[in-house]
Formats: sequence, C-alpha cells, structure tokens
Amino acid sequence: MSLLHDTFLKAKSENRAVLIAYLPAGFPTIEGSIKIIKEMLESGVDIIEIGVPYSDPLMDGPVIQQAVDISLHNKTGIKDVMHVVKEVSMLGKPVLTMSYWSPIEKWGIEKFAQQMTHAGGIGVITPDLPPDESQAWITQTDKNNIDRVFVVAPSSTEERLSLVTKNVTGFVYAASLMGVTGTRTEVSNRAEELVARIRKHTTLPVAVGLGVSTTQQVKEVAQFADGVIVGSAFVRIILEQADLSKSIAAIGQLCKDFARVLRKN
Amino acid sequence: MTTFLQDLKKIDEETGHFGQFGGRFVPEALISALDQLEAEYLKAAADPKFNDDFQDLLKNYVGRPSPLTEAKNLSKHAGGARIFLKREDLNHTGSHKINNVIGQALLTVRMGKKRIIAETGAGQHGVATATAAALFGLECVIYMGEEDTVRQSLNVARMKLLGANVVPVTTGTKTLKDAINEAMRDWVTNVESTHYLLGTVAGPHPFPTIGRNFHSIMGVEARQQILEITGKLPTAVTACVGGGSNAIGLFHPFILDKEVQLHGYEAAGDGIETGRHAATLSGGTIGILHGTRSYVLQDENGQTLASHSISAGLDYPGVGPEHAWLKDTGRAFYHPITDTEAMDAFSLLSRTEGIIPAIETAHAIAGTVNLARELGKDAVIVINCSGRGDKDVETAAKWFKINPKS
Ligand SMILES: Cc1ncc(COP(=O)(O)O)c(C=O)c1O
Repeated sequence: MSLLHDTFLKAKSENRAVLIAYLPAGFPTIEGSIKIIKEMLESGVDIIEIGVPYSDPLMDGPVIQQAVDISLHNKTGIKDVMHVVKEVSMLGKPVLTMSYWSPIEKWGIEKFAQQMTHAGGIGVITPDLPPDESQAWITQTDKNNIDRVFVVAPSSTEERLSLVTKNVTGFVYAASLMGVTGTRTEVSNRAEELVARIRKHTTLPVAVGLGVSTTQQVKEVAQFADGVIVGSAFVRIILEQADLSKSIAAIGQLCKDFARVLRKN
Repeated sequence: MTTFLQDLKKIDEETGHFGQFGGRFVPEALISALDQLEAEYLKAAADPKFNDDFQDLLKNYVGRPSPLTEAKNLSKHAGGARIFLKREDLNHTGSHKINNVIGQALLTVRMGKKRIIAETGAGQHGVATATAAALFGLECVIYMGEEDTVRQSLNVARMKLLGANVVPVTTGTKTLKDAINEAMRDWVTNVESTHYLLGTVAGPHPFPTIGRNFHSIMGVEARQQILEITGKLPTAVTACVGGGSNAIGLFHPFILDKEVQLHGYEAAGDGIETGRHAATLSGGTIGILHGTRSYVLQDENGQTLASHSISAGLDYPGVGPEHAWLKDTGRAFYHPITDTEAMDAFSLLSRTEGIIPAIETAHAIAGTVNLARELGKDAVIVINCSGRGDKDVETAAKWFKINPKS
C-alpha cells in the first residue's frame, strides 16, 4: 500500500535486502546534504533517512555528534529539514526523517506530521520515543499517512517487543548492539538473534542498523534482515574529505559497492 | 505496617508522571534497565531490612539527623523572621547529595551490578558517588564537564583520591548537561553491568521518584525538628533549585501541609533578561530534555540552549518534572537569583553565622532574605543549607578579589 511497503516487497522479489542510508540534514551544508542524498539515491540506496539535528544526541557516537554539531552551526532548523525532504523526495524513493523527540514535540506534533506529508516524506523514525508516550504521535501519523518507525534493542524483553511491534508501521528498526552509533569492526552476534525474536511478533520487514559500515558487514546482515542501515560510514567520508565533489564521488562509490553485494547475496 | 519509604508515597504517581510532566523519553535499549530499577526500588521500599540498612547508614555513616540551626544573626539582617538552616552541609562529603547516593548504591548492590557511573556539576554528587563506590566495592566512573573540572578542581581531586575514574567531557557546553549526555551514552552501552546513579530528580522515570524519596529524609527530619522547637509548622520552606533534588527532598513532606509555602530559587546568572542564565522554571518553556518532559531552556526547534551560572551545580538548562508540576499547580513558587545576589548572600552567611555555604546554597540564602522581609517578623522559615562552600573557595576568592598571599 505505501511506497515503503512496495520498496521492501520489490527487494524481496529480487531476493535481496534493501539498502537504507542515513545523513543528517544540513551536513556539511543544507545544499550539500541535498546533493549527497541525491547521489546516494542514484547509486543504489533504496530508502533514505534524513537526520533532524539535535543538540543532545544521546544515541550517537562521536562521528554523528560531530556532523550534527556542524549542521546546528549552520543553523539547520526543521524548516530546512523539510526543504531537504522535499528536494530529495522528487527522486521517487521513500524518504524518512529520523528525529529525537524533543524537536518534534517542540515544533508541534501535528505540524511536523503535516509538513512531512506536504514535503513528500513518508515516514519518521523516533529513536527515543517509546510507544508508552506516543499516543498523540500515533494519532497524527495515522491521520497524515506517515509511517511510524520505532527502534528496538537487544535488551528489549518479549513484552516490549510485542508492545513496540504492535505500534510500528512500515518496518521495525533493530539496533544491532547495545550502544551508540558509530562504525564497528564486527557485526554484533546479538543482531541475528534479535531479528529472529522480532519476527515472532510481527510480519513487518525488519531493518538492522548501528555499527554497519563495510561491504562485508552489509552482506552479513542482509542474510538475516530485510534491510541494512548505514550511517556513520558515510558521515565519516564527509568529515575526512573537505572537497564536496570528492566526498560525493566516494559516497556514490560506497553505495554502489553496498548495492552490488546485496544483489550477489 | 508500612516502612519509612512506603510512608512517603502518599501523593506519589506510580506511572512516573506528574500531570503532563515526567515520563520516559529514552531509547528502547534503556527501558528494561529502568523497569528493573523501578521493580527493585518497589521491592526494597517494602523490605524492612532495606529500610533499616538505609537508615543505619544515614545515621552512622552520613551523620544524620542533620541539625536544624537557628540563624539568629541572619534573622536580624532580614527583618526579624525566625530563620532555620537544615544543615545538609554537615553531612559526610559535605552536601545533601549523599542521601540519594546511599539509597541508590544499596539498590545497585541488590541488582547485582558491579559498576556505577554518574554525572556531576559541582562535583558534590560525584564525590558522594565515589564515596559510596569505595564503601560498597564498586567500580566508579564520573562524567564531568571540562569547564566544571576547572571551577571545581578540589572535588576532582577528592573523587580521584576515592578511587574513581573522572572523565572530563569536552562536547557541547562542557558542563552538566553534556556530562549527562556522556553518562547516558555509557549507560546505553554497558547497561547490563552498570547502574547509572543519576544525581538529581530529573531524567526518565523512576529517577525523579526514587531520588525524591531518598532525599525526603531531609523534609521528614526538618518537619519534626521545627515542630519540636516552635510547636507549629513553618510559614515557608525554601531551597535552591538546579535539577531540584535538595528542594524536593525538603518540600515533599510538607506538600500536603497547605499552609506551608514552598519557595525554590533558581540561578539567574547575569539576569534572565540577558539570556545568560539557568532559571529554567522562571525563563524556560515546556519541552523534553534527558528523558523527561519538564521546563527546559530551548529554542523553537527543540534545541537545548546553553545555561549560565557562577554555580556549577545549578548550571543546567532543565529541571525535575515534579517541580514543573508544583509550579503549574501553584503549590510552589520559583524565583530567579543572579550571580551577584548569590555571592552577596555567600558573604553574608559566612560573616553573620560563621557558615560558608556552597554557591548553590547561597542562591537559597539570597532568596530567603527577600522572602523573610516580605513575610515579616512573625514568620518562621526553614532553608535547605544544601552544602558547604569548601569547593567554592577559589571561585569566591576570585569574585571578592581576595589574594591569599597578602
Ligand atoms: C550543595 C549543592 N546544592 C544544590 C545543588 C543543586 O542540585 P539540586 O537542585 O539537585 O539539589 C548541588 C548540585 O551540585 C549542590 O552541590
């Protein structure tokens, strides 16, 4: 029914997982983030998660913290985030935002959901909003036809998995490990177990993120998940390469590499 | 028969909400740890052995009950109202923070966790936590904003002497807010082995409730002491408000005594109108910070604004959710106190009573002198003297341009 649903279904028919990329809006600049995301979507990324910058990103490691600092330094506000959503959703692929709860609640829950729809966005990931606190959010996302993605973790009990999956639409975001975002040398062995536990509660697709940064890791995760989420690996390229056209080229290449291993799985 | 801790729950909300405030806005990864903490607290609160252990440590290790000292010279200066100081500065480690720390350290042991982490601003909570870690044989890591490690360097040395690992936090504003961020990141990573011993009554449920209950010993004692001395309830009880722990601990046992006024004093830094302040209840708006809904200093995009105060312990852009609720219901009143007013009161209490308060506490002294003048000489006021000023001697010497060598 939704663009998100169709994207997972199509990938499934091709016997592969979807590739999901994350980038904070306004990093390295507002226009720069639009260019990079367009390059990602033209280089094999199926779904984009646009980060709403937040001053106190509790779930993020040093790499994304630094990117978000730069974005906030550029004075990226929610208006700008919506501008980025609008520009990149023209490519016809599913565009989600990922936001800590503070910016959404302050901006206005209804206003945020409406503006997402108007900008062409199709979903929102809220990493620090448990379903227990999300009554108004559920109402507004339903009303505005926005998919509502919550994040579960290896520490989630069966009771929590049941509650979260009942309230999720679109896909379930499984955090591969206990910790913050950032690149890791190995995929946590708890990721596969968590995905199996989630599947007992829902038939929705499950995407795995946190610490996935190499083609080897993408390949590994794709064996048990419906989607693979990569963030810090892209951000790091931009932090290390001041020349935007060069970092765009490097990111495009990395996306193509990921897309290729997903199709060879 | 109910226990000491259960008796405190007369006006408690089991859901973790205080009206629209409070709640849990945290990653799912932390929910099971918060559930575990809540369950362990409720079991412990009903367990007479836990209550005995807690009260025994408060008596024989912390040195409770703390005295209620009448500040007669200060009274004269403030128009004649009787003013009493609840002497938390005389506790082991020098502030009220130890009450909550002892309670949560006992819970840590009950949960079988071997590592505790904490944030600290003024360093008093860090010192209290490092102290309990030494006593209970726990590994201890303290996160402290880099700016605070400089202005409270004496407490950094104390924590190290006690065996804690002090990690200076260099992100964001390099103060308490960012120390909490780093502690949360550590907790998300190590939650299975580690208890986050949050030092104030903010953060996600159940921290505001359990912190409040452990600190309520102050109000319970003060209520009994003032009744013994004056034969009646006080006109007002007062405290400084950073995150709000010393204030709520004193206020809570008086909340149902409608005739007792509750006044909290926030850090107004250079003045609220300058934007350089930490007076969250007076100058903030409703929002989310560190897992709870309360008043917050933030912009229209939900970005937390930097706070400013000469007092590291009050330099925080959030406040505990129960205070937000007490403010909105009109039960308690909150007032801003500038750096200058606080430092004048710091000097005043030192010279009139021979008690050098923490700069945090000095905000409560300044506000209470104003209140005493307003209420007149028949009033009786109890101030939470939340901590002693040893840690602040360097800052004060600089402020008053005292040269120790001349
Ligand atoms: C002596 C003293 N009083 C007050 C505070 C402020 O904290 P709270 O508002 O939680 O009591 C601190 C915090 O460091 C402190 O050290």
